[in-house]
Formats: sequence, structure tokens, C-alpha cells
Amino acid sequence: MLNIAKIKNGIVIDHIKAGQGMRVFNWLGLDKAPYTVAFVVNAGSKHMGRKDIIKIDNEIAIDLTILGLIDPNITVNVIQDERITEKIRLRLPERVEGVLVCKNPRCVTATEKYVPHIFHLTDETNGIYSCEYCDEPRNTEDFR
Amino acid sequence: MSEGKLAGRHLVEPRDFSVGEMEILFALAERIIANPGDWKDACRSKVLATLFFEPSTRTRLSFEAAMLRLGGACLGFAEPGSSSAAKGESLADTIRTVACYSDAIVMRNPKEGAALLASRFSDVPVINAGDGGHHHPTQTLTDLLTIRSLKGSYSGLTVGFCGDLKFGRTVHSLAKGLARYPGNKLVFISPKELQVPEYITHNVLAKEGIEYREAERLERVIGDLDVLYMTRVQKERFFNEEDYVRLKDSYILDTAKMKLAKKDMIVLHPLPRVNEIHMEVDSDPRAAYFRQAKMGMYVRMALLASLMGAA
Repeated sequence: MLNIAKIKNGIVIDHIKAGQGMRVFNWLGLDKAPYTVAFVVNAGSKHMGRKDIIKIDNEIAIDLTILGLIDPNITVNVIQDERITEKIRLRLPERVEGVLVCKNPRCVTATEKYVPHIFHLTDETNGIYSCEYCDEPRNTEDFR
Repeated sequence: MSEGKLAGRHLVEPRDFSVGEMEILFALAERIIANPGDWKDACRSKVLATLFFEPSTRTRLSFEAAMLRLGGACLGFAEPGSSSAAKGESLADTIRTVACYSDAIVMRNPKEGAALLASRFSDVPVINAGDGGHHHPTQTLTDLLTIRSLKGSYSGLTVGFCGDLKFGRTVHSLAKGLARYPGNKLVFISPKELQVPEYITHNVLAKEGIEYREAERLERVIGDLDVLYMTRVQKERFFNEEDYVRLKDSYILDTAKMKLAKKDMIVLHPLPRVNEIHMEVDSDPRAAYFRQAKMGMYVRMALLASLMGAA
């Protein structure tokens, strides 16, 4: 059993699907972090079998929208004075801007490059988003 | 709700207007049909810009005729070669500039979502006259007004769509439009290669509890229909020649098939028609597609007058 020291003030990103942790780690730019970060892969989990965990010993601002898109089952625990003060369960965001890219060559975003790519959640069960302009569907798997 | 509520609004997709607002628009169109002369100066001194980044004869002429009959004037271009887009100008800049010269903009553009984008950069109403294979809301207004005028209602009808239902944007828009009214049943008649997309059947019809079924042969279902909406089946859409040969005649409306239809069924077509409706059908009183084209002009008159605050 691997033991990692408690963090005083910071964030624990828990219940990351095993194998997805590196994506979250990279997206948060934690490889360049000037504070302590613990990255645990394949930790045992009662519900998930295996999971990845990231512990950040610093209070940083996280875009929960994008984190939800990477893995909507993630839990974010906010730690203050070594205690969990807030537990945030993520879900797929209703609207994402500048994250998913529309691949429809007939979409106006393909030629008008200044237009931000905006998607709206249309099917939460299957993680389907539709382009605001052309309605072309995109799966969150495309982002992951 | 007053007509004034439509003043200044955009029409990008059919559902931009509520059922109540559509009702007001159709009532106005019927008033114009009854006394067109009363509206000859409604848009006097107003200017309509018609920006056609893709060639269109029918829709453009229909809008221009509507504006001229309201006493207004039109300016614009009929093909992209003569627009500033050919010089590489962004759509946003084109729209911002044209909005300075006009009281409303009608635009057809091959890019899907172009009308929505244009509406975000325009101070004057933008009317979508077709954005690629996406939306064509004034065709839906035309279709609904025609059905209402000739059938007395657009509820409780069995409406058949025949032909290319996969790529036909007029079909998608009208199916969604009819789904807003109670008691309609839809029948989709097409080869399997050209079936109506799942996003229409699953996301719209099933969600709203609209009864629908799919069929492969027109002659087997035509007798059930109150309205038949024809579209063209193009050979190049088929995956193999054998299926095309087997099914092509099933999607051509002729007098033999009309004999199987109800006496009061109406036949609609967004036009242009090529060979999917035999010319011998034109003299059948149930053939309503040219009356439909005229309805298109009247509903566009009602739309322009409403959006420009002249109704």
C-alpha cells in the first residue's frame, strides 16, 4: 500500500477513470507546477475497480467545465486545513466554447475562422454535443 | 400578442417563431391575399438587401417580388462572384456593412450556420433563405400556409414525404414544423439510402410523441395521405444501380398513382420539379405546387412587413 502525505490547502481530483489521469495532469499543466503534486495511477476503488487520483498541494483555479468534458465522473475535493470543505461532483457541461472543434466542412466555422466553436449538450447519456451553427454532433470521446 | 413583436427579429430557423407568432404571420398573409392592394405602400422607402452567395432563382425572385409588392426597393447580388466575399471579406464584415444600407437582409449561403452568424453581426433583421443543407425557414412558412389554406388546418393530418428525405432540408424543416401541431401523422416514403435522418425521427418526432412510419413504395401508402410532399430522387444518391432501377418509378408521381389517392389530397413540391411529378398531374386539381409558389410570395410579404415593423 502506497501512502501519500495529506495536503494542507489544495485540491484532490478523485475518481478519474484509470488511464485518464495523465490527460488531466497534462491539461492542468502540472508538469511545470512549482508546488507539490501527487499523481496516483491504478489506485484501488470499491466502485471503479481502479482509478487515478491527483493531489495538488495548492489552491488553484480549475475549469470544471473542461474537466467534466474529459471525465464527467470525476470528483473534485477542496481541502482547507487538511479537511474536505467542498466536494464537487462533475457532470457534462451544457455549453462548451473553444474546446470541441466542429469537423463539418460545410459548417460556417470552417471558413469564418474568427468564429468560436460552440457546442451544446444534446444527449447526456451518450455524451453527444451539437455544433451551435450547423448542429453537427460530436461525441465527448472525440475530445478525450 | 401583437404583430409588433416580430419587428426587428431575425428568422434563422423555423422554430425562431412561436406557434402563436406563426399564427399571427399566417393571419396577416391571408389578409394580404384577400386585399393585396391595401399593402402596396406598406414598405414604401424601405430597402431589402438580398445577398445570394449561392445561385437561386425562385427564392430570390419570390423575396424581391414580395418587397416590390409592398412598395419597397431591393438591392444585392445574385451570385458570390459579384460579392465582396470573392475578395476575401469575412461574412461578419459584409453583414455589418450591408446592415448600414438596408432595413432587412435576406441571405442564402452554402455554409451551414451562416445565417445564425450573420444575425449576430446585424442591426437589422436577417432572414435565412437557405444555409447549405441546414435550414430554409421561409419554405417551411410557405408549406404551412399552403396546407392551412388548402386543408383548412395543419393539425390532424396524415402527411407523406416522398423522395430524397435524407438530404432534403425542406422535408426536415416541415416535419419539425408539423410536429408542433397536434394529431399529425407523418409517413416517410423513400429508398433506404435516402431515409429521413435519425435526428428527426428520434430527437424530434419520438420526443414530441408524433406518430410516424417509414415506407419504401409510394403506391402502397398514397391512399392514406391528406398531403403528399414530393421531392426529387437523384440517381447519384444511390449506392448501386440495381436499387435505383428497382425503385426509381416508385418515386415518380403520375396519374396512375393519383388514382389511388384521396379525392381531397393535395400534392406539394418545393420546386424546381424535374421528372418526379409527371406533367400530366399538373392539370389534376389536387396538384397544388404552383399555388404553393404563390403562397410563398404572400407569406414573404407578411414576413417582411412584420420584421420591418410595417404590419
